[in-house]
Amino acid sequence: MRKPPNPSLSENLVTPEPAWLRRREFLGAAAAALATAAGAGCAQATPDAAADAGGPTGRVLAGVRKGAHGSDEPLTSWRDITTYNNYYEFGTGKDDPARAAIGFQAEPWTVTVAGHAELTGRYALEDLLKPHALEERIYRMRCVEAWSMVIPWVGIPLRDLIARLKPTSRAKYVAFTTLHAPERMPGQRYPALDWPYREGLRIDEATHPLALLAVGLYGRALPNQNGAPLRLVVPWKYGYKGIKGIVRIEFTERQPDTSWNQAAPDEYGFYSNVNPDVSHPRWSQATERRISGGFSLAPSRVPTLPFNGYADQVASLYAGMDLRTNH
Amino acid sequence: MPRVHAGKLLAHAACATPMLLIVHAIWRQSLGPDPVAQLEHELGRWALRLLLAALAVTPLRRLSGIHALLQYRRMLGLWAFAYASAHLAVYLGLDLGGYWAQVFGEIAKRPYITVGFLAWLLLVPLAATSTRAAMRRLGRRWGQLHRMVYAIGVLAVLHFVWVVKSGKNLARLEPLVYGALLALLLLARVPWRRIAAAAGERIARLSGSRGTAVRDPMQ
Repeated sequence: MRKPPNPSLSENLVTPEPAWLRRREFLGAAAAALATAAGAGCAQATPDAAADAGGPTGRVLAGVRKGAHGSDEPLTSWRDITTYNNYYEFGTGKDDPARAAIGFQAEPWTVTVAGHAELTGRYALEDLLKPHALEERIYRMRCVEAWSMVIPWVGIPLRDLIARLKPTSRAKYVAFTTLHAPERMPGQRYPALDWPYREGLRIDEATHPLALLAVGLYGRALPNQNGAPLRLVVPWKYGYKGIKGIVRIEFTERQPDTSWNQAAPDEYGFYSNVNPDVSHPRWSQATERRISGGFSLAPSRVPTLPFNGYADQVASLYAGMDLRTNH
Repeated sequence: MPRVHAGKLLAHAACATPMLLIVHAIWRQSLGPDPVAQLEHELGRWALRLLLAALAVTPLRRLSGIHALLQYRRMLGLWAFAYASAHLAVYLGLDLGGYWAQVFGEIAKRPYITVGFLAWLLLVPLAATSTRAAMRRLGRRWGQLHRMVYAIGVLAVLHFVWVVKSGKNLARLEPLVYGALLALLLLARVPWRRIAAAAGERIARLSGSRGTAVRDPMQ
């Protein structure tokens, strides 16, 4: 049995073919308008086309200026940076943090400043950051596991914050501590490391212009799995020195304990400067696999450079030191 | 004409499945941000699992009394060799890439690479002598040669233990689980009865020669 043609559909209701063929342009323009509106409102994550393609998502950070430290190397994709994380607070698997940190609330956030400084106390993160302009810094990140990424961080120079806090002459080191909250960080329910995670820098390392306190990447607020809302980035050191979810900054006279150094002292030193000549007891550090975005089975191995390629800027910090014993 | 052996066909399909899934994951580009490392790890894991499966055949046959199990041993061993070879090929070809100088440095200096490479190297003669003709030709020595598989198992587990990052994370547990399984399989192969019988004989012989000592209640 044949259906009769629908009498209510008349010829003039049909979209003209040229318009039909241009429908994607129209939809694209509409989507762009919506995205602009969302951007102007500058609020929540919008599940947009970029997200579908694995592109950057999350709150856009306003007023970010391009820093002097760029890179002409291809950037690692947003997707790879945000799905391949060593953040044991959210699980020991590389893909655990991206899943386990989804519901983590990084706001409000308080940072305690303690030790040998004039302006100690508890600060709301906004207050700590407010006087500083955010800048973008493209840095290589070299993991001790011999892989590396190129990441466009957004943050403030650590030295600027330290200058504001006015450390005293007794401040020889800066110690950092991650949030300890097993109910919010499921990985902390297991003794994978001695919680909370701790890291530290010598004061001259901490006040080196390259040391960055990051609050974002790719112009967006830092994703939880990357250490939201506040993490350290020290590009000439192995990745684990870049402590995440910082809640405490303390100026100390003595070298602070650091988590990986305590877990395996012969494998992970306090300094942890990237050094192709000092092998990990079990792995070579001479070369690294560059995770440069996009799927490729083609070899992506590149030589590892002393101080991760920042030697011209930081090597003088270690003049006269034996970098083998002080690895 | 050899008839189609349904059990063997099924076993081959089972052994090939991880390889097919890995190829599928490459096709789907779903191996994650560090695909080469993921590929290496998966192939290595399956090599070890199949090696342990091959080692389990004889104890299982003795326990169950199903002698037909023996015909799966060679197949499992050869599949383990196939996965181990793919694992090594990915490491040399895709991971190290052009850094051949590092290959030699690594094999000599890094204990985990040394033992891993040695495990694969020792598998080669076993795979090469897995044919019936080789069995006949080698006779008694075939069994002696193939007992090397236990040493290979130990090397493979050691390779895995050493490659995993230290710390008290769950990832460290995995190689230890394989290690425990291997220890169990090794213990199962110790000829306990023969040892017990020999010990009994020895005791009997000793008590025979010094009979008075045993009989004397004052001793």
